[in-house]
Amino acid sequence: MLEAADLECERGGRSLFRGLSFTLSGGELLRIAGPNGSGKTSLLRILCGLLSPTAGEVRWKGSPAQALKEEYARQLVYLGHAPAVKDDLTAAENLSIACSLAGLPASEDAVREALERYKLPGGEIPLRRLSQGQRRRAALARLLLSESVPLWLLDEPFAALDASAARLTEELIARHVARGAAVVYTTHQEANIGAGVPRVVELG
Amino acid sequence: MIAAARCVVYRDLLLAMRRRSDVATALLFFVIVVSLFPLGIGAEPNLLRSIAPGVIWVAALLSSMLSLGRLFASDYADGTLEQILLGAAPLGVVVAAKSLAHWLVSGMPLVLIAPVLALQYDLPAPLYGTLALSLLLGTPVLSLIGAIGAALTLGLRGGGVLLSLLVLPLYVPVLILGAGSVDMAAAGLAPDGQYLLLAALLVVAAAFAPWAIAAALRVSME
Repeated sequence: MLEAADLECERGGRSLFRGLSFTLSGGELLRIAGPNGSGKTSLLRILCGLLSPTAGEVRWKGSPAQALKEEYARQLVYLGHAPAVKDDLTAAENLSIACSLAGLPASEDAVREALERYKLPGGEIPLRRLSQGQRRRAALARLLLSESVPLWLLDEPFAALDASAARLTEELIARHVARGAAVVYTTHQEANIGAGVPRVVELG
Repeated sequence: MIAAARCVVYRDLLLAMRRRSDVATALLFFVIVVSLFPLGIGAEPNLLRSIAPGVIWVAALLSSMLSLGRLFASDYADGTLEQILLGAAPLGVVVAAKSLAHWLVSGMPLVLIAPVLALQYDLPAPLYGTLALSLLLGTPVLSLIGAIGAALTLGLRGGGVLLSLLVLPLYVPVLILGAGSVDMAAAGLAPDGQYLLLAALLVVAAAFAPWAIAAALRVSME
C-alpha cells in the first residue's frame, strides 16, 4: 500500500537519511527507531506529505502521494508531536471539529464514547484547564473514530500517557493492524503491541 | 467540501467567541485611532470633513493588519494547522473559509462602527452609507490579501513587522478606491465607478488569493 522509494531528507544543510526504501502492506506494523535528531519526525512528515523529500518519493497504491493530494490525505491519520488541539475548546469540540475536517463522520454519541474510553472529563471544560497528558489523550481519541482510515502515522503516541491510556492506545493499534490497516509509529518507550513483533526502520 | 468550509468558519468564530479580548483589541484600536485625529487637529469642521475618508480608511487598514498575525500563528503553534493541511477538503477552500471568518471577526465590525465614528468628523448624512458600503466591499479584500502575507511570514522571527512591510503596499489600491469613493460622494458625484472597481478587486481576490494562501502555507510548513 505505502511505498517509500529512495527517500532522502536534508534539514538545515545536514543529511538526515538517504536511500531509505521500504514498502508497507495492509496489516503491517512499522516502527521507526533512532536516537533524538535522527529524523524520525521528518520521515513521518514526509510520509504524510507535509514535507517534501530532498530526493525520492512516497507512493500510495502505486501512485505518487504528492500528485494524489487530498485523496491521499483522506487515507491517512497523522498525529504529530504537538497534540493538535485548541486549548480554548472542549475535548468534544476539538474531536468533532478534527473529524469533520478530516472528512470522517462523527456523531455526538460517537464523540462522547471516544472521550469516555480515554477517560476525559465531559462537560464544558476547555482543554486549557487540563493536564498535558489529558490533552494528549484528547488528540489520541481521534483514533477511535478513525477506524475506517487505512493508514495511521503516529509520532510518539505513548509520550506523556499514563499506563492505562498507553495500554488502550496499544490495543487500538493492534486492533487496527488486525483489521488489515497499516500503522507506522515512532517511540522511545518499549511498547508492547499485541500484533506480534513490528518491523523496524532504524535511522541515524 | 462545503461541510469542511462551514466547519472551519464555525471553529474560528467559536475560538473568537472564547477569546473576545483579541477581537476587541483590533476594534478598539480602530475606534481610538479614528478618534485621535479630531482631538489632535481641533474643531475645524471643513478640514475634518475633508480628511475623514482618508483617516477612517487608513485606520481600517492598520486595524485589519493588527489581527492578521493571529490568523495562522496560533494554529501553527499548537499543530492544528498540520491537521488542516491534511484535511479532506482542498486547502484553497479551507483557507478561503478561514479568511471569511477573519473578515467576520475583524472586518465586519469596522463596517458597522465606521458610520458612528464618522459623526466626529461632521460628515454629511448621505456619506455614512457610502463609507459603510466602501468598507463592506474593501475590507474582505484586505483580509484575503493579508492572509497571503500572514501565510508567507508564518514561523519567521520578527514576522509581525515583515508582515506589515509586505502587506501594506498591497493595500494601496483598496485605500485609494475606498477613500476615493467617499471623496467623490462628498463632491456630489456618484461613486459608482469606485464601487465597481472595489467589487472587481474583491472578485479577483476571492478567486485567486485562496490558492496563493494555500501555496504559501505549504511552503511555510516545510
